[in-house]
Amino acid sequence: MSFTDAQIQRYSRHIILPEVGGKGQQKLSRAKALIIGAGGLGSPAGLYLAATGVGTLGLVDGDVVDLSNLQRQILHTTASVGASKVESGRRMLAALNPEITIKTYQENITAANILMFLAEYDIILDGSDNFSTRFLLNDACYFAKRTLISGSIFRFEGQLATIKAHEGYPCYRCLYPEPPPAGLVPNCQEAGVLGVLAGTIGVLQAAEAIKEILGIGETLADRLLIYDALEMKFRKVTRPKDPRCHLCGTHPTITDLSGDYTVSCAL
Amino acid sequence: MIKVRIPTPLRPLTRGQGEVEAKGASVAEVIANLDSIHPGLKQRLYDETGELRRFVNIYVNEEDIRFLKGKETALKEGDEVSIVPAIAGGR
Repeated sequence: MSFTDAQIQRYSRHIILPEVGGKGQQKLSRAKALIIGAGGLGSPAGLYLAATGVGTLGLVDGDVVDLSNLQRQILHTTASVGASKVESGRRMLAALNPEITIKTYQENITAANILMFLAEYDIILDGSDNFSTRFLLNDACYFAKRTLISGSIFRFEGQLATIKAHEGYPCYRCLYPEPPPAGLVPNCQEAGVLGVLAGTIGVLQAAEAIKEILGIGETLADRLLIYDALEMKFRKVTRPKDPRCHLCGTHPTITDLSGDYTVSCAL
Repeated sequence: MIKVRIPTPLRPLTRGQGEVEAKGASVAEVIANLDSIHPGLKQRLYDETGELRRFVNIYVNEEDIRFLKGKETALKEGDEVSIVPAIAGGR
């Protein structure tokens, strides 16, 4: 596969990097990334992956754009209020980079459809807003042997981890064995979130995804990154593989996606 | 004194403070001391059986206590304890 003159010009600042080069840029253009949630995290991640030239981007979201989304969901504009998020996102990404393929799915991820999605993509970015989807994605990516870039945000705080349990690294359940029970905690709408925090974490998810595609640098495969926007502090903590993990431990009890993934929203 | 980092969701219990200090030679002692200063903290961290909730992690410096000695993990002057609950927001 060779690039056109326009593509060489578009990606010149990448191609000039020894760590990327023409070969790396081709890897990016052959890559297929699936973004779960065209919202706070999915917006900045999607914009940068599109700008980067990741060849195929999938957007999954069942929602429509609401005015209250625009404080952080920069894929969407005021004119898109009421439109489906994936369609609004597709328009924005196609305007930014018409060279890439954008596939949209106006639905929510379920245990019934997730494996079908994963079969078509190499790398998955979790920008969902609930624990059900997060645990489901973790388990499904393990079974389907896909790398998952997990980002999450709450008020002023963000977390980021690269999940490659199928390659022997810890999974999300090694980090947090179980989601919080329903009713213990306020839901996301009540909790609030600093808009720009979504940008910080979403862009870091894109950075991790690009490094995974290129196979360069150090990733967060065995670390958790914690960001506190109020104190402007980034911390990395260890994330060991748990031999007792119900999914990827030595005696797994979760062997398919038939379990109960219904849980509440946040601590 | 041990420095303890409080995550955003639990800051209402510490009057908004992101970092507090407590006494104790183990994680359990520090949490007990913190709970006497900021009542309610313990209940948010431990379940009915007194075990650390499975969606909350506690780190001593950069290490997850689940992979050390749990609540009995020893602390020394200068150690930093961080409480890090799972968060799910994204959209």
